[in-house]
Amino acid sequence: MGTVTRIILQRLALGLLTLLVVSVVIFTAVNLLPGDFAQSILGQGATPEAVAAIRQDLGLDQHPVTRYFQWLGGAVQGDLGTSFASANFAAFAGSDANANMGTVASTIAPRFENTMFLAGVTAAIAVPLAVFLGVLAALYRETVFDRAANIFTLSSISSPEFFLAYILILLLAVLNPILPSLSNIFDGMSFSERLERTLLPALTLTLVVTAHMMRMTRAAIINLLASPYIEMARLKGINPLRVIVKHALPNALAPIINVIALNLAYLITGVVVVETVFVYPGIGQLFVDSVKLRDIPVVQACCLLFASAYILLNLTADIMSILSNPRLRHPK
Amino acid sequence: MSTLLKIRGLKIEGRSDETWNPIINGVDLDLAKGEVLGLIGESGAGKSTMGLAAMGYTRDGCRISEGSVEFDGIDLVNASADVKRDLLGKRIAYVAQSAAASFNPAHKIIDQHTEAPTQHNVMSKGESADDAMDLYERLRLPNPQEIGFRYPHQVSGGQLQRAMTAMAMSCRPDLIIFDEPTTALDVTTQIEVLAAIRKIVEDFDTAAIYITHDLAVVAQMADRIKVLLRGDEVETAETREMLANPQEDYTKSLWAVRSFQRPQKPAINTSATPVVSVRNVTAAYGKIDVLHDVSFDIHAGRTVAVVGESGSGKSTAARCITGLLPPRIGHIEFDGQTLPLSYKQRNKDQLRQAQMIYQMADTALNPRVSIGETIGRPVQFYMGLTGKDKRKRVNDLLEQIELEPTEYFNRLPSELSGGQKQRIGIARALAAEPKFIICDEVTSALDQLVAEGILRLLAKLQDELNLSYMFITHDLATVKSIADEVVVMKDGKVVEQGSKDQMFQPPHHPYTDLLLSSVPEMDPDWLTNLLDQRGVDNIGDAAVKKM
Repeated sequence: MGTVTRIILQRLALGLLTLLVVSVVIFTAVNLLPGDFAQSILGQGATPEAVAAIRQDLGLDQHPVTRYFQWLGGAVQGDLGTSFASANFAAFAGSDANANMGTVASTIAPRFENTMFLAGVTAAIAVPLAVFLGVLAALYRETVFDRAANIFTLSSISSPEFFLAYILILLLAVLNPILPSLSNIFDGMSFSERLERTLLPALTLTLVVTAHMMRMTRAAIINLLASPYIEMARLKGINPLRVIVKHALPNALAPIINVIALNLAYLITGVVVVETVFVYPGIGQLFVDSVKLRDIPVVQACCLLFASAYILLNLTADIMSILSNPRLRHPK
Repeated sequence: MSTLLKIRGLKIEGRSDETWNPIINGVDLDLAKGEVLGLIGESGAGKSTMGLAAMGYTRDGCRISEGSVEFDGIDLVNASADVKRDLLGKRIAYVAQSAAASFNPAHKIIDQHTEAPTQHNVMSKGESADDAMDLYERLRLPNPQEIGFRYPHQVSGGQLQRAMTAMAMSCRPDLIIFDEPTTALDVTTQIEVLAAIRKIVEDFDTAAIYITHDLAVVAQMADRIKVLLRGDEVETAETREMLANPQEDYTKSLWAVRSFQRPQKPAINTSATPVVSVRNVTAAYGKIDVLHDVSFDIHAGRTVAVVGESGSGKSTAARCITGLLPPRIGHIEFDGQTLPLSYKQRNKDQLRQAQMIYQMADTALNPRVSIGETIGRPVQFYMGLTGKDKRKRVNDLLEQIELEPTEYFNRLPSELSGGQKQRIGIARALAAEPKFIICDEVTSALDQLVAEGILRLLAKLQDELNLSYMFITHDLATVKSIADEVVVMKDGKVVEQGSKDQMFQPPHHPYTDLLLSSVPEMDPDWLTNLLDQRGVDNIGDAAVKKM
């Protein structure tokens, strides 16, 4: 197991390094956004003094390098700073900035939880479905089923997400009112209620991500079907389904896992459109709103969160691909 | 004896570019219960296609267009997939050429062994596993109780090949197809596998079709031999009769292949400076030394054959000479000058003087680059020729390797045969006008007749250009035909070196002796005699030593 542990530790270290580099990129990019918070909150007629006062209040007048390290130091300790928007609101209300109210963490946490819930429900439907369809498509390759599955998944991935969403709403909420068309979930809802409301966006996203995973499963399996060990299995009189599930699939896992990870990362970071259509309070909407408001700490925190999700998922995929190789699991 | 397998007028076609081309043109085959039939021929003869057809199986892109295959009264050509699947693995089994590729890397050997018996409801998993250990013991695999629980990559090639033979036996089939099962193995390992296959086929009275291109091997294994040439049967006869009295010219030409032999050249003038001199080289991959204090000389116009089994350090020695692997201790001299250890520090002229020809001509040529360009590149790079001069030099080179320039200049590697590709490899090496060429197993991937053509060409070029060759090979027949001096390597050390005549005359170093005596001979009693002579137990010991 020595090799595997070493490889995993190496990947972890590399992941952390990547995250550090990404944090620099995020910070620089966000600070290059045109306009700043003070200007946009005070409007056209603001006096330079007022703008300067707010900038000083928020620490925007300090050197960017200093601000980067302050931000990074806080982030490492779990303190992502204070949301400009809520800090401002608290200041206008005449009280001291309420420590709990305005922190970035408390702004993001519930939204992120919702996003994870949606991503989880989608993954629970899409991943097994994609692998199952991929195996079937490989088994019945070049048949009507294979073509139909391909056409269906490809058309769904090629259609805009909002279009798919409206079709699903039309089918499942309007014509056959099975599911609610609005997904405005909130604290205190029971799990089953949450699940019911999340189902429509989850189905929309399933349509979006299944094609990619299914086609990779099919391709990775078919790629192996010319291997001598597959021929051997056939010449042992093993039935075709078992040949694919038992002999091809275990050797095709690495590319499949990687595509799954990419799609999961997409579910966490790229679902703004679907959230908007279903009024789902996820992190995507928060992110867009914060960019509009120039609420830099929230934008930075969201970016950092997205980057972490990408890196973590890819890291997991990497490690799982490594573990799927028996040569590494069982060295000579 | 009753007939087990009856093939009549079998025609098989393969599809390429939307047309169906014949692979087998109407071959008959009969096999009695318990009989072993040898199927021989060069690559492209259709041996494997024929062997698979005997199982009612054709590879993707192939089809049986005519004829019948009858196994024990069952028509395999028209049988449903279910009927065939029920026979495969249970009554007809297959042993492939490369066990390493044919075992699934994701599962333990024992799980793959028990799969056919459990899927065919012949035995329970436990019974089959016990039986596997019994078979492993019969096949003299080391640690028969434990070896099945390893993954394929944890077991050596020879052992894996025996484990696959055991797997084929798992349901006690009536017929086993052996498709070149020892071609990829060293001679000493080959003997273990041959002995194991013969023993188990006799023990269980299993009929077999033994496919190979090696006549000496088939002479040991088969009761009867069938010779194929480009999809047609040449002749069939009892083994002894076929060996003693081949009828057809083609068969006779196969028998005559090993006749090419260069006479021993006069002794080396020891005062002359060798072209290449390997001096006390010790080299390592990572922290592990794989070459230990290796020294040998290669003189002008001579061929030094470096022989040994896989893992003996032959190719590593070549990597040290070319500077791809700088030695840890020792150095390389060229014409008496010490060369920089790494190729990165060598100048263009030093690089030009030593060229290489590779084993797999297929992978050593860029598939997208035409022949003229492949050869033209070193002409331009080393000799600085361009335009017409370059074209003329490439044409000269093509003529030297006996390929018509106008016909081959614009072809791509995929439009050449294996032997022609290897000739291009030779021309590319010659383009640099070197003094010294390393030939790394250049004939091992080729058929015997084609290989002989390559050896003759290399010999001719040596005489014309006074080239020196380092000829890496594991095939002692090749050594006999082309070498002037021989270096025998084992475990990274030189165990014996001297002129070819010395090497092939006793007394030998014990390891040289083992190598020489392991080369199969045409005599059908050779394996039996050898096993008697060594004592059967020695084979098991040899296997243990290899662990």
